[in-house]
Amino acid sequence: MKILVCISHVPDTTSKINFTDNDSKFDTNGVQFVINPNDEFGLTRAMWFKEKQGASVDVINVGGTDTEPTLRKALAIGADAAIRINTEAKDGYQVAKELAKVAKDGSYDLVIAGRESIDYNGAMVPGMLATLLDANFVTNCIKLEIEGTKATASREIDGGKETVTTSLPLVVGGQKGLVNESDLRIPNMRGIMMARKKPLTVLEPTTTINETTSVKFEKPEPKGNVKLVDADNLDELVSLLHNEAKVI
Amino acid sequence: MTKQKNMSVLVYTESEKGKFKKTALEVASYAKAVANQLGTTVTAISVNANDTAELGKYGVDKILNVSDSSLEAFNAKSYAAVIVQAAKQVDAKAVIVSSSADSKYLAPILAVNLDAGYASNVVEVPSTTSPFTVKRTAFTNKAFNLTTINTPIKIVGVSNNSFGLVEANGNASTEDFSPVLPNTEVNIESIDKASDKVTIADAEIVVSAGRGMKGPENWGMIEELAEVLGAATACSKPVSDLGWRPHAEHVGQTGKPVASNLYIAIGISGAIQHLAGINASKVKVVVNTDPEAPFFKAADYGVVGDAFEVVPQLIEKLKAFKASNT
Ligand SMILES: Cc1cc2nc3c(=O)[nH]c(=O)nc-3n(C[C@H](O)[C@H](O)[C@H](O)COP(=O)(O)OP(=O)(O)OC[C@H]3O[C@@H](n4cnc5c(N)ncnc54)[C@H](O)[C@@H]3O)c2cc1C
Repeated sequence: MKILVCISHVPDTTSKINFTDNDSKFDTNGVQFVINPNDEFGLTRAMWFKEKQGASVDVINVGGTDTEPTLRKALAIGADAAIRINTEAKDGYQVAKELAKVAKDGSYDLVIAGRESIDYNGAMVPGMLATLLDANFVTNCIKLEIEGTKATASREIDGGKETVTTSLPLVVGGQKGLVNESDLRIPNMRGIMMARKKPLTVLEPTTTINETTSVKFEKPEPKGNVKLVDADNLDELVSLLHNEAKVI
Repeated sequence: MTKQKNMSVLVYTESEKGKFKKTALEVASYAKAVANQLGTTVTAISVNANDTAELGKYGVDKILNVSDSSLEAFNAKSYAAVIVQAAKQVDAKAVIVSSSADSKYLAPILAVNLDAGYASNVVEVPSTTSPFTVKRTAFTNKAFNLTTINTPIKIVGVSNNSFGLVEANGNASTEDFSPVLPNTEVNIESIDKASDKVTIADAEIVVSAGRGMKGPENWGMIEELAEVLGAATACSKPVSDLGWRPHAEHVGQTGKPVASNLYIAIGISGAIQHLAGINASKVKVVVNTDPEAPFFKAADYGVVGDAFEVVPQLIEKLKAFKASNT
């Protein structure tokens, strides 16, 4: 089984979010980048398929040279090879088109992406990719088993979960649950040394059209101060929620 | 803009067991606002819905209703195919969907099949329609992004609870619609879902509790508070990691997003990753013993106090309030 894991390079969850260039660009100053948490669950599940079922695992990112340390980290965790498509994509559609080309050319059986990235939260790359490839597709995936070409997957739905059977080729939008949190791996010294020797291929982009354009960013209005209510005076809280906030 | 005969704004109105979900009425309201901007009408596409006329109250002019037992269970590819065919039939210039798990599943499929740009998590009506520019949340609610959709057909995913329900005095006509369904190779084996509970996605009020509750045996009062308020229950990440509550209740950056009208956080410290996921809620209340807990900086109302004392009292007060308000 040939697996391709899509890795988004995103600011660490504790990052302060600021913008530059007239609020048109994310300010990367002082920001630590990590593997998108949803993708990390997918990568870890892919490592299981590699170790238990002999799958090969390649990782891919659409981005500039600055994303290479994140790809190297995925190699240090255990992926076999990395691919970087050398463009700063303008939207999820463009990312999906670039990924689709590589996935098709490489005849991957299984593509694992994250259900969404924690920076743009588009939640569109896996579904677009699956549709462009005419592959089966399960998103919000919290469990994945593969036997031969048959797959069993669970997805989180509003209020519960759903289990489906399907087959390869398959695209999955992964998230927490795909593996246990305690199974996530921190690269060790040996992994980091080996990662330096693993191939990282840079491909040039093949698409340019943009279905959407980012115009600018805004930050939410600063919040007013909290109104404290005495623990012995909860009638006041009920009254505030009813009369002032009008939510009950 | 002049009214063009065939063009319409198409809205996908989700239903469950024949009844429209609240988000369906919200996206219908949103679609009406967009149709007003474009000078056109609203067509809804619904699958196996019973009382379709209800949509008229939210500005829908026409409903294409599909009645097909093979669509009883949701299937993203089939449902997307239904919507694509409806979009073609009414020459849709904009297709509006919600942010439910199912709508987010099918929207990217729609985008590719309609060759359309898609903006998800949109929180306002377009600021301009030419270019078609919408405001969406980004960086898990830590920022907004203004995005222009450049394609002839635009797909907008409306963030739950961002627009609300807007009633209109309309009448909607219903037509049967029989699309061609594709073959799908994703087959449902089982669905595991508490049918008697409000889901986090649909709830107007969410009662959420954290590690401050000490253990799963103490959740009785959280459930009771939720019941009094007609709220959904949620929890912080460690609570689901510890197995005190099901994973489906985990909210935050790596869990489910929450955009309720009221979010009540009990014994939750307010870590940045938790707040990121729930910040879109309109009014936030925190109950915490520690006045220095970061949640107080993000909340609108706060009670410094012990949950084990505050929650039972609050339940009594709310019951009294409900009794005197009905
Ligand atoms: C990559 C990453 C992603 C993450 N994603 C998420 C996420 O999606 N969602 C999420 O929730 N977390 C997430 N976290 C974890 C987050 O950083 C916090 O650890 C977590 O939110 C803390 O949960 P908590 O508030 O329940 O527990 P704690 O931080 O332990 O807080 C418990 C609180 O309860 C209060 N308390 C104690 N006793 C009482 C009492 N009797 N009455 C009232 N209050 C009491 C305490 O004062 C304290 O403030 C993530 C972390 C990382 C690194």
